Parts: sequence; C-alpha cells; structure tokens
Amino acid sequence: MCETLLDVRGLCHSFPLGAGRYLRAVDGVSFRIRKGEIFGLVGESGSGKSTVARCVMNILRPQAGSILYRGVDVCDPAQFRANRRMLQTERQIIFQDSSSSLDQRMKVADIIAEPLAVNHIVPPRGSLRAEAAFQLRYVGMDPAYLDRYPPELSGGQRQRVAIARALTMEPSLLVADEPIAALDVSIQAQIINLFRHLQAEHGFTFLFIAHDLAVVRYLCDRVGVLYRGKLVEMAPTKELFDRPLHPYTKALLSAIPIPDPRRERARTRFHFDEAAFDRTGGFVQVSPEHFVLGGKEAEP
Amino acid sequence: MTADADRAEKLLDVGRLSVTFASPAGAVEAVRDVSLDLAPGEILAIVGESGCGKSALCRAIMKLLPASARVQADRLAVAGTDIRGLSERDMCALRGRLCSMVFQDPMTSLDPTMRIGAQIAEAVLAHEPGMKKDAVRRRVLELMDMVGIEDPPARYRLYPHDLSGGMRQRAVLAIALASRPRLLIADEPTTALDVTVQGQILDLLRDIQRGLGAGAVLVTHDLAVAARAADRTAVMYAGRIVEIGTTEEIFYDPRHPYTWGLLASLPSLAAEGRPLYAIPGMPPTLSPPPKGDAFACRNRYALAIDYDQAPPLFQVSPTHYAATWLLDPRAPAVARPVGGELHV
Repeated sequence: MCETLLDVRGLCHSFPLGAGRYLRAVDGVSFRIRKGEIFGLVGESGSGKSTVARCVMNILRPQAGSILYRGVDVCDPAQFRANRRMLQTERQIIFQDSSSSLDQRMKVADIIAEPLAVNHIVPPRGSLRAEAAFQLRYVGMDPAYLDRYPPELSGGQRQRVAIARALTMEPSLLVADEPIAALDVSIQAQIINLFRHLQAEHGFTFLFIAHDLAVVRYLCDRVGVLYRGKLVEMAPTKELFDRPLHPYTKALLSAIPIPDPRRERARTRFHFDEAAFDRTGGFVQVSPEHFVLGGKEAEP
Repeated sequence: MTADADRAEKLLDVGRLSVTFASPAGAVEAVRDVSLDLAPGEILAIVGESGCGKSALCRAIMKLLPASARVQADRLAVAGTDIRGLSERDMCALRGRLCSMVFQDPMTSLDPTMRIGAQIAEAVLAHEPGMKKDAVRRRVLELMDMVGIEDPPARYRLYPHDLSGGMRQRAVLAIALASRPRLLIADEPTTALDVTVQGQILDLLRDIQRGLGAGAVLVTHDLAVAARAADRTAVMYAGRIVEIGTTEEIFYDPRHPYTWGLLASLPSLAAEGRPLYAIPGMPPTLSPPPKGDAFACRNRYALAIDYDQAPPLFQVSPTHYAATWLLDPRAPAVARPVGGELHV
C-alpha cells in the first residue's frame, strides 16, 4: 500500500507573457502519490493546478524538476521513449469540460474504444464495440448510447463517457482535472459516487484536481494546497481540515460555503493578505504526514 | 383597492408567467406558471439546475428574451410598472432605471478593449445624458468605491484583463448600479469566481442592496450561495417553482422531495464514509413537459397521483409554499430525510 506510484520533485513551469516577462505557474512543487490513494490538489484559479496535471501527463514539458512514475522520469526523453507504451497506457486524464474534450463527430462507441485502437491492443472482450459497451455499462450508462454523438448527451452523461474512455486502458493512475466542476449538483453526486466506487473496486491511484473543497474533503485521502504556483500545505484530509496551519489554507477553508443559513452568516472569515505571502520559505514537516510552507507560520 | 395598494408596494410582481420557446423538436416550455413577488430591500434566491428555467425567468423579467420566445403572464410588473405590453423602445428607457442585470462571466460582459472607468462612465452617461465630464468622473469613482474597488483613480485606467476575476465582477456590478436601479437581477454572479472571492462579492451585493433599499433576485445553482445571501429562496425544477419560502424555512424545514434531494446530495452535509445521496435519473425535457409532476420519475416518494396531475402549491406557512402532493391531507405521512434538527 505504501509504494510510491508518482513522485513529483521540484516541478517548475512558467509561461511566457511576452516582453521578456514570465508567469511562474508552478514553482518548485514536490509531492508523492502512493499506490491506491486519492490525492487532491486544491487552489484557486490560476494557482497552477492544471499545469501540474498537464506536466504529469506529458502534455506540457516542465522547465525544471522531475516527475517519476514508477521510477521512470517521464520528462527525460530517453527514458520516456524506452517506456513509452507503459506510460501512455497506464496514465489517463479526464478533463473538466467534456464538451470540448470529446470529439463531436465521433460516436460514443468509437470515442471509448479509440485508446485501444490507437495503441493496437487486442480488445479483451472480443471486439472494440463489446469493450465500449462494457465500459459504458461500467460507468452506469445504457449501451443504447453507443451510437449517439456527444452533443446529444447531457453534461453528466458526457462526463461519464470521458471517464469510460479513460477506463478502457485500465489505468493505474487517473488524473482528473476538475471533472465535476461543470456539472449540476444532483449529477455531481452521481459522478462522485462513481469515482468512489471505481476506486474501491479497481484500486486506482487518483490525482484529483478541484477547487471545491467540500468535494475534496469527501473524496480524497490526502490534500495538497496550491497558491500561486507554490504548494503551501500538504496533509491527510482530516488533519488538513481539522488543523490547517498555513494562513492561506485557513483562509481557503474558512471560505467554504456552508449550505446552512444561520451557520453561514454567523461565521467569520479568515482573510489572507496576498502581499504577506512569503514564497521563499522551505517546506517544513510538522507531523509525519503534515507539511507546511515556511517554518514560522506553522505555529498553531 | 387594498390589493392595488399592496401590489404597488411590491418591487416585483410576477403572476402566472410562462415562457415558451419554439424549437425544431416542438415548443419548449422553459418557464411554466411561475408566480412570485419581491419587497423592497429583499433578496430572493432562485435555485435550480441548469435548464430548469431560472435564466429564462430572469430574462423574461428584463424583457431580454429573443423574439422567438412567447411570454404569457397574468401580471408582470416591476416597481408598479406593468411591463407586459411595452415595446423594446419603451423598455430601453426603463431598463437600468427599473432593473439592472449582472451576468455570470464578467469577462464576457465587459468590453476587453475599453478601460474600466470608461465602461462605467458609459453606463452613467446612458442614463443621464448631458452630464458634465468631471461630474461623470466623480460619479464613476464613487461607484467604484461603493463596489469595493480600492484606489479608484488608479484602477480607472486599467483594462478588464488587468483585473482579477473578483475585481472584474465588481466593475460589472458598478455598471449595473450606475443607473440606480430599483431591482437588481444577478444571474450566477459568483459561479465563475473562486470561493475566497465568492463570499466577498455576495456580502458586497447584500450590503449595497441593503444600503440602496433596492431589491435583488439572485439566480444560482449553489444552495450555499442562497444560504449566505438570500432572505427568501425559491427552488425551481423543470420550469416550475416547486418550493418557495424564507431561506430558513427552505433549509431547516424543506417540504419538497426535490429540495430534500438537493440538500442531501451536498458533499458538505454528507456523513463521512457513506455514499452521497444522488437524485436518480436526469431532469426531463420540456418539449413537451411530462404529464403530472415533472419530478415524479426521480422521486422516491412519488404517489400515484404524481404521474397524473401536477400538484398545486400547498401553503405550509404564510411565507412557505411547496408543490408536492405529500402536503395534501390525504397523502401518507413521510418523514423528512434532511433538514430540521440536522442544521440546528
């Protein structure tokens, strides 16, 4: 259980803004994900969550740092080439917006079976179509949808198709970049339950990226908090929510909306002063599993 | 006579409003038989999933629906002015003065090529043509200050892309308030914003609305937003208001099974380790709407009559109404699965 599947070390990535300026989207982020764990990465928009996900999936090439997947440095071209097949089949990603991540002109059956086809894998269930039907049923949809096109489906159904497509490869690592942010409340609950079910049954390792802290608290085993490209705190979910140490984490947690009018209106918010953010400090271990950026701020 | 006087005091008075869109698949009944009212100084939240008709309802109140939409209403009055028969030209003169609207995504409601100050000034001038240049500038700075944009003179010359999402939404709010509207309609004003900023914008909206004595309709899919900001909450499903009451009543004493489902499916209210309650199935299509109660096929408490006849709004308290047959005296007693002591 304690085997490390993904090891991200000192990841840095910046985007050119023009005129010689750069935006440091991810700045020295390190974390490890153990096998069979759901690791949540939270932060506000622009904090670098998606950039981390894209680096992990080799969509972006980080400028510094290394990403070890099963001990293989995925950013090293030679190592990547030597393990290409393993890396491309074992890691899968689910994007936020399923209306743009699914090809509008492909039928659901072809979308779900495409990863098998492009990787020349013999479908374990006989035909590509049978495989697609199986995966579709697995995510809770009727195989009658196999011949539909994505625009004919609702948002929740499309997201299920995106999940089914990722599952055809029976991945070990599933990266989910805000997979439920675009869905309605009642559909969100269905997809969250699906994730929990899949994880319990398959033992996937999850990198779950979200801005909705209530969902993260419900779903994840451990959580890392990103702020302006820096990982400011990392701890098991319960510990993070019970004992946040970094002022930004405190502000973020105090901002979670509570669907209860009296409690919601009575509470005071913790304000985080952006100007006071010190990005130079090191990561300090407070307890075996709890890390926080900057030593002096870690005082309870 | 007294009914007329009563009506005149209402900021918004909607009676049996229906909106129908023509589509190739047949008429889509987006809003069906909605009645609601709003008193000055009050915030009403309209909560519902996408496609439930909440945006169509707002646009009907603003008369911003496309010409293909058919709007029918017994009453549709803003601040005592009946807007049903008004032409677009008359409506243009009233829009802003009577009611303003804030949309979801500030990046698309602002002009990316215009400075923030100039955009707010444009709104000020649109409602008070011929205002002197320095008076306009003073008013813009005052508006920027009111919506919590710090150091207005410095921000005046910035472009939308220079501002953060929260600041942009504040600028949009300033534009909406430039005409001193009696009624502010905010369609998902915080959905595109981060949680840390969401609370600030909601508090700001509440403070400003209180200060100006205006009324506000807050459309959202997020129950927590309603919990924070609204005095009263209406829950919409498949084009109808299924439950309406004070926010306390909706959260602590919900009566409609759909409201129960919405509350139970929130991860923040879920018991640790237990699967989330998910409302089975999906919202129905509204062309044509299903016979009987539109929620019946997803409702675990559905009665036989639900499949046959749509329930009327039953009165629970003077302020609280719910459209479910469970409130009929002949219905079997059902224990409420959420609400009540859970929240106290």
